[in-house]
Amino acid sequence: MELFKLFLCFFEIGLFSFGGGYAAVPLIQAMVVERYHWLSVSEFINLITIAEMTPGPIVINAATFVGMKIDGFTEAIFTTLGSVMPSFIIVLILSWLYKKYKGLSIVKSILKRIRPLVVAMILSAGFSILVMALFKANDYRIINIDDIQVIELIIFIISLGLLRKYKVNPIMIIFGSGLIGTLSYLLFAMI
Amino acid sequence: MSENIENIYWKLFKSMFVISMSTFGGGFVIITLMQKKFCDELGWIEKEEILDLTALAQSAPGSLAVNASILFGYQLKGIKGSLVAMLATILPPLLIISTISIFYSLFSQNQIVRIALKVMRSGVAAVILDAALTLMKGVIKSKDMFNIMVMVFAFIFSYFIQVDAIMLICLGLLLAFAIEIIKYRNTRIKHGII
Repeated sequence: MELFKLFLCFFEIGLFSFGGGYAAVPLIQAMVVERYHWLSVSEFINLITIAEMTPGPIVINAATFVGMKIDGFTEAIFTTLGSVMPSFIIVLILSWLYKKYKGLSIVKSILKRIRPLVVAMILSAGFSILVMALFKANDYRIINIDDIQVIELIIFIISLGLLRKYKVNPIMIIFGSGLIGTLSYLLFAMI
Repeated sequence: MSENIENIYWKLFKSMFVISMSTFGGGFVIITLMQKKFCDELGWIEKEEILDLTALAQSAPGSLAVNASILFGYQLKGIKGSLVAMLATILPPLLIISTISIFYSLFSQNQIVRIALKVMRSGVAAVILDAALTLMKGVIKSKDMFNIMVMVFAFIFSYFIQVDAIMLICLGLLLAFAIEIIKYRNTRIKHGII
């Protein structure tokens, strides 16, 4: 019964978490903290901290965390599967429609017009993360050029150069920047 | 033959698992990594299709990463492909969070982990902007003024005005649809049907 309730709760969260990312945080909080009291407020803050520190979508991170908190791995599997089930059903329908109709000329020309929009969204996501990395600010409006993080700036320039010019594997860049950046911080802290 | 198919599933699983494990910094990283792996490296899908899948993934509930993996898996190998891709995407966070939730305080209070995660963002920004630059070049090279304008305005809306992604896609769809209807009417008028 408990397992079924967990599954349903995260099914609901998955179904209504449009927009992805942090847009889902208030919804998760309302369900997990306020409605079911599975986590206390401070536990919920811990969850957000962990989610920020680990790879993967926040909804899945939350589902796994709550499942583990309540009992253990079995619960974590149920909550996690519950959170992705709505996506799976809805996206499967979209996939089928896309595959079936992508050849139609009207669909083709509409899709063609949407693509530059997606390019702009990817660009915008990149800028947001860059501002966060270089200025430790969440918004471009509150950045102060004096706050620029020199180590991050150097790593960013080198990474972009390696990607553009030498087509280095991006996964290597992500983990490499973490490793080299940490070492540089430790080195500077020692000096 | 059957061994070949199994190889594709295994390769899909392995690639998605590694990609999902590396998606620090939000959903768009996974799009970039998928594009590198599945378009540039393996040639399983066209660049334009990745953009279509991104738009579709954004318009459904749930996270961009999971939705994109389901869409991609389906294009590749139907329902079975989408299941494999989705499982490979949710397994790394499932395993990592369930391990970390046991050692929570040890992990989150660790100064080195904190520094590593903060500094990693600059690499993530480079990865996303690299992909964005390549895609932008494609749009500009097409010399289609309309598409270039859409890109510029969509960027302003998305970054400066912070219009929500779904809203933006809906607006784009409406605009594209309106243009198609006008074009259709024009051809009918030209042929003297109306």
